[in-house]
Amino acid sequence: MNTGLRRSTGAYAGIPFWIYPIAAAGALLVMLPLAAMAARVNWANFVPLVTSQSSLDALGLSLRTSAVSTVLCIVLGVPLALVLARGSFPGQRLLRSFVLLPLVLPPVVGGIALLYTFGRQGLLGRSLEVLGIQIAFSTAAVVIAQTFVALPFLVVSLEGTLRTTGSRYEAVAATLGAKPATVLRRVTLPLVLPGLASGAVLSFARSLGEFGATLTFAGSLQGVTRTLPLEIYLQRETDADSAVALSLVLVAVAVTVVSVSHRGPRRPAAPPFGSRPVPGERTTAESAAGGDVR
Amino acid sequence: MTFQLEAAVAARSFDVSLTVGPMETVAVMGPNGAGKSTLLAVIAGLLRPDTGMAHLDGRPLFDLGAGRSAWTAPHHRGTALLAQEPMLFPHLTALENVAFGPRSRGLSRSRARDAGRHWLRAVDAAELESRRPAELSGGQAQRVAVARALAADPGLLLLDEPMAALDIHAAPLLRRLLKRVLEGRRAIIITHDVLDALMLADRVVVLENGKISEAGATRDVLQRPKSRFAAGLAGLNLVAGTLTEHGIRTADGQDIAGLHDPQLDVPHPHIPLPEAATASAAGNGVQERSAAGNAGLLAPGRDGVAVFPPSAVSVFLTEAHGSPRNSFPVTITDLEPHGDQIRVRAGGLSADVTPAASADLGLAPGMKVFFVIKAGAVSVYPA
Amino acid sequence: MKAARALLPALLAPVMVAAGLSGCAPASPGAAASDGTSRASGTLTVFAAASLKGTFTRLAGEFERRHPGATVMLNFAGSSDLATQISQGAPADVFASADTRTMGRVSDAGLLRGQATGFASNVLEIAVPPDNPASVSSFGDLSRQGMKVVVCASQVPCGAAAETAEREAGVALTPVSEESSVADVLGKVVSGEADAGLVYATDVKSAGGKVRGIPFPQARKAVVTYPIAAIAESRQQELADAFIALVTSNEGQQTLQDAGFGAPPSASAGPEGSSGQ
Repeated sequence: MNTGLRRSTGAYAGIPFWIYPIAAAGALLVMLPLAAMAARVNWANFVPLVTSQSSLDALGLSLRTSAVSTVLCIVLGVPLALVLARGSFPGQRLLRSFVLLPLVLPPVVGGIALLYTFGRQGLLGRSLEVLGIQIAFSTAAVVIAQTFVALPFLVVSLEGTLRTTGSRYEAVAATLGAKPATVLRRVTLPLVLPGLASGAVLSFARSLGEFGATLTFAGSLQGVTRTLPLEIYLQRETDADSAVALSLVLVAVAVTVVSVSHRGPRRPAAPPFGSRPVPGERTTAESAAGGDVR
Repeated sequence: MTFQLEAAVAARSFDVSLTVGPMETVAVMGPNGAGKSTLLAVIAGLLRPDTGMAHLDGRPLFDLGAGRSAWTAPHHRGTALLAQEPMLFPHLTALENVAFGPRSRGLSRSRARDAGRHWLRAVDAAELESRRPAELSGGQAQRVAVARALAADPGLLLLDEPMAALDIHAAPLLRRLLKRVLEGRRAIIITHDVLDALMLADRVVVLENGKISEAGATRDVLQRPKSRFAAGLAGLNLVAGTLTEHGIRTADGQDIAGLHDPQLDVPHPHIPLPEAATASAAGNGVQERSAAGNAGLLAPGRDGVAVFPPSAVSVFLTEAHGSPRNSFPVTITDLEPHGDQIRVRAGGLSADVTPAASADLGLAPGMKVFFVIKAGAVSVYPA
Repeated sequence: MKAARALLPALLAPVMVAAGLSGCAPASPGAAASDGTSRASGTLTVFAAASLKGTFTRLAGEFERRHPGATVMLNFAGSSDLATQISQGAPADVFASADTRTMGRVSDAGLLRGQATGFASNVLEIAVPPDNPASVSSFGDLSRQGMKVVVCASQVPCGAAAETAEREAGVALTPVSEESSVADVLGKVVSGEADAGLVYATDVKSAGGKVRGIPFPQARKAVVTYPIAAIAESRQQELADAFIALVTSNEGQQTLQDAGFGAPPSASAGPEGSSGQ
């Protein structure tokens, strides 16, 4: 027996009642470990633990590198998403599979791959070494590792939005006389800004939590390459209190960033029944939701 | 300075030639899937035909075919497209939407906004300028979309069923606006509504299965339709066949008697032409109609059509005897109200009867009845 | 890697119960025979530091041969992680750690049965790529300008030893990376990223031809002691004692020394050693 429960707006939600307990279990799985960790924090020493020099260095490094990585993800990811969503060329599906690879690779494997590319003996590393550019053990290596693992998040998020939005507005803009660069700047990007923003937030969060690739590729040195996850990994060897306190800080930063920026999809694709603004008068939003009849 | 197009798209069985004069509005009509949207997409540059060429005011739009491949991108063509949905940019206000075309041409922001305000005034939407598209009703949004298309200063305006999504209050308002705005402009308008064709267009082109099946001045096409579709538009019955001495003979061998309607733009050696008739110049396709009446027999054997209104059709349950009449056995497919009459549909033919008569005869879908039409009510002319 | 360590206790528990139920029936506290074999049986869980992997695997095999009814389950990980797992209730019978401080944590928590015994020692050695591109020959060379040196972080035993070595040598190193595990240090030398790294002698030996080892005198001042102990809550006390006996026996010591470990310090019990705390 399905009784669809109502949402507080009075509109019919259509979810069978037994879905709710299962959803609650899923939520608990995520939230209980965090609560358990919070319960273990040595609150008396929390502030000194968290504001020690090594902790501050690690936090600052994490925030800086994640910000730079996110920018890189946007710069590289937007064109990539555009090409995957709107272009058509041979090997497109293959390209998409490769772009999504870092999502399923264990980060340590990613780090090894980056080492073989940018390391001193690596594919590009050798040439860079000749030019005097050394990437390993540098903050740049941290940024590269973070960008590598976080780029797919942005591309997937944005590509999905681009596909749903479709390219009809771009066609209209072109017939009005806008050249492709203008169309991109004034029509395409503003319309996918929400998808871009949520993709960027995901990338930032992923960069913040990046560990395996950084460890393997960049090394671990205070202030240079020891990001907050690496600092936590080290602290747990000797100072469990410090590790737990720093973990809580990491969680708090991530939660803050995600909740401030990621507001979820804006208005539903089709407005719920019973919420027409003016009887008999269709707004353009509803016409668009009704779809193209042709 | 004209617009000329020839294009073929094999995948859609599309093959069309079209010319539009400098201040002319052409209505394109046809059943769904006939290729009307394909036509506009090809003109606007959103679809690349397999072969063909087009030019607008001396500027080539494309020239494709064996050994030639010239192609102008949509933003250089000067063809603005207005669709069924207004497709206003949701993140811009109405004014910014209208100013989009001028800004894309390179005007400064303030001058573009001035142009935007000018065109919003022209469509009676000046007070909407700072609203977002989501805050506009369907009719308001379409008006803003018209302003936006005009502000782009197009050499050819393309309208794709602009009234289709509007309710019965908003549609006439937009129609009047378009009539005002299309004065002196070159435009192609796709429509399903005969009223649009009559009010807005100088010429009608009927597109069926990707090819033009009929073209001519609006009144002529509607009064003397030569295709089933046009006849349907005009609310007339049409039966095709070959011309005979007294009317036409259908492919099944049925003879239909009717009044021959002389055609004046194709002079025939045996027809004495009344002095008042004038032959027209080709191209603009404006025809003059002579007085109806028998001006003589037309050569038998040519393709012809017999056209008659539903109101001239009588419905009988049995075959009628007596004076020679046109009598068709038909099977009723459905009945529908039509004004204060009942329209009896039987396949492609319709007859109007009074509700009382329909009840008397006990008409119902599936019944076999006879449609009978007086010869005097049937117009016969070459196809 | 990390997840596997955490998962192992959860996976071990039901296995342990099943093995215990199946293997415990004929358990008689039989006297040990003179050659060390006995009829004691069951599953013995040994938590051992990662650097003991090769040696303890061999010793476990020997143990199983001598005690036919016994199975040894080995859990190798960083000493600190193992200590955390034990204090969270992981079912270990024997704990062999790579430093005395970690063992001290478990001992202070009252989880040991009796005292820990030192059974091996390890010294640092400089590891360089086989071709020694930076021409390192002594500890002092490590502080050369532009040298890419990788060491362990001071929070881990080999890093504490490295600090002691620095002090003894009077040399201040500026490493490009301070890793959390000696395996990562070795990895950076093997891959050629680092010019030199400070690892254990046993690591150099087990890496074979992939690195070249350069011993240095100051290493002897920073010896790391490896203690082993039985866990109080263990249900395999007899087997645990037998295993520890094997490790500390001549045979066990020979196996360890073959791998490059040094002899344990002569004093018997408690957290000690000259490694920096």
